[in-house]
Amino acid sequence: MSTILDVEKLNLWYGDHHALKDINVEIPKNRITALIGPSGCGKSTFLKTLNRMNDLVAGVKIEGDVLYNGQNIYDPSVDVTWIRKQIGMVFQKANPFPMSIYDNIAYGPRTHGIRSRVRLDEIVERTLRDAAIWEEVKDRLKKPALGLSGGQQQRLCIARALAVEPDILLMDESTSALDPISTGKIEELAQQLKEKYTVVMVTHNMQQAARISDECAFFLLGELVEFSATDKMFSTPTDKRTEDYITGRFG
Amino acid sequence: MTETTASAGKLKKTAGTQATLENGVHAVFLLCGVLAIGFVLCISVYLIIAGIPAIHKIGFIKFITGTKWMPTATTTEPSFGILPFILTSIYGTAGAMAIGIPVGLLTALFLTKAAPKRLSSVIRSAVELLAGIPSVVYGLVGMIVLVPLIAKLFRISSGATLFAAILVLSIMVLPSIINVSATALDAVPQEYESASLALGATKTETYFRVSLPAAKSGVAASIVLGIGRAIGEAMAIIMVSGNVANMPGLLKSVRFMTTAIASEMSYAAVGSLQREALFSIGLILFLFIMMINAILNLMIKRKKV
Repeated sequence: MSTILDVEKLNLWYGDHHALKDINVEIPKNRITALIGPSGCGKSTFLKTLNRMNDLVAGVKIEGDVLYNGQNIYDPSVDVTWIRKQIGMVFQKANPFPMSIYDNIAYGPRTHGIRSRVRLDEIVERTLRDAAIWEEVKDRLKKPALGLSGGQQQRLCIARALAVEPDILLMDESTSALDPISTGKIEELAQQLKEKYTVVMVTHNMQQAARISDECAFFLLGELVEFSATDKMFSTPTDKRTEDYITGRFG
Repeated sequence: MTETTASAGKLKKTAGTQATLENGVHAVFLLCGVLAIGFVLCISVYLIIAGIPAIHKIGFIKFITGTKWMPTATTTEPSFGILPFILTSIYGTAGAMAIGIPVGLLTALFLTKAAPKRLSSVIRSAVELLAGIPSVVYGLVGMIVLVPLIAKLFRISSGATLFAAILVLSIMVLPSIINVSATALDAVPQEYESASLALGATKTETYFRVSLPAAKSGVAASIVLGIGRAIGEAMAIIMVSGNVANMPGLLKSVRFMTTAIASEMSYAAVGSLQREALFSIGLILFLFIMMINAILNLMIKRKKV
C-alpha cells in the first residue's frame, strides 16, 4: 500500500483562529479515505488544503508540508493549476456551469489545451460512463446541465472532475444534499473509482464512512484524533474521544 | 357572549377599512403604471404624427438615403437628405461602443473579482460620480482639452471631429456598462468560480469563461443601456463634433441626428418643411432605439432557452 499524499505538521489559521493543529497523516493510493468529525472540526478545511482551494480564502495562513508523490504542493515553485488538475474536487452542492452538459465536461480539457473535437467527444463519453450517468444523458448532451436532477447534477460534476484526468478526487460532503437513491449511486460510483483514482471524502454521515471507506480519519476541534483502517476504527477505536463520537455520545 | 359579538363586529369593521385601504393603494399603483405606459404611447404617437408629413413630402427613400442636407438653400432647390446624420450616429455609437464595451467590461471584472475591496469601493464611487456629471460638462472638457489635442496630434485645422465625439461618448457610456455589468457579475454564484478553479483553470480563465458567460444577460443589458445613452446624446457631442452636415469621416466635422435637431430647431420657421423634417429625424432616431432594444431583447431570450 503506497502513500500518495503525505501530510506533515500541517497548521492552518483563519485570521486568529487556529483551525488545523499539527496534522500528520499518510493517505494511501487507490483507497477511499473518509474524514469524519462533528461540524466545525476542520475536516472540510483539511480537505481544501489538499488541492490548495484554501488559498482563495482571505486571511488564511498555512504552515507545514503536503507531499503529493513526494512533491510539496505548497512549495512556491509549484504551479497551483497543475496541483488542482492532479487533485480534483467535487463540492457539497452540485455546481454545474450554466452551460450544456457537453460543455460542462469539456470545460476542463479545453482549459488544458485540448481542442480536437474527436478527443473531446471521446473524453465526454468516457467520463460520463465512468460517472455512471452516460445512459441518462447521452441523448441530450447539448441541453443545459441545470435541467438535470440534483443527483444527476452531482454525478455530472464528478464526471467533469474526472475529465481532466486527476490522480486524486476530493469529495466534500458530496452526497449530503441528495436523496438516498442518488446517494447510493454515488457511493457505488466511489467504490468503482478507487480502482483508477484515490478518493478522499468528507462525510458527516458515519454509516456512509463505515460502508464505503477503507481508511478513516477522525477530526475534533482542529486536531486529527485518530487515523486507522475503517474496520478497526468502528470496532476497536484506540482513542476514548473517537469511541464517544462514533457511538453517538456527542456530535 | 355580547363581548365576543362586539369584538367580532369590530374585527369585521377593521377588515372592511383595511380592504378599502388596500384597494386604494392598489389603484395608486395601477395609476402610476398606466401613467408610464401613457407617456410612452403619447410620445410615440406624437412623434409619428409630427414626423410623417415631411417624410411623405420628401419621399422616404430620398429622405434617408440623400447625402445632402441643405434645408434653407435659396439659390438651389433645398435638399433634405439625412444619410450623413444617420451614418454619423451609427459610426459614432459603434465607435463609442468599440472603446466602451471592452474597457467597461474589463473594469467591471476587475472591480467585482480581482480588485482589493478598498480599491474597488473607491473606483466604484468614482464611476458613480462619472454617471452624475452633466453631459454639458463632458462637452466642455472635451472642447477645451480633447479638441485642441486632436488638432495638434493629427495636424488638422480643427479637432472638432467625429473622433473627438467618439472619445467623449465612450467615456459617457462607461458608467452604465460598468455598473450594470458589475451588478450582474456580483450575482454570479461563487460555486461556479470554485468549480472552475478546482479544475485547474487560472483565475483569468475563470473570469472570462465562467463568470462573464454566466452574467451574459446583465452584460447584454448594460450594452443596450450604453448604446441608448450614446445614440441619444446631444449636448456633449454638439460641442466637440464640429456640427457640420458632412458625410462622416473619423477626422471630419460631423453632425449627429440628435445634434441636427438640437441645433436647427431654434431657428427653423414654424410650419416650414425644415421644421417638419427635424421631427422626422426624431422619428427615425426613435425607431433606431426601438430596434436596438428589440434585437437585444431577442438575443437575451434566445440564449436563455
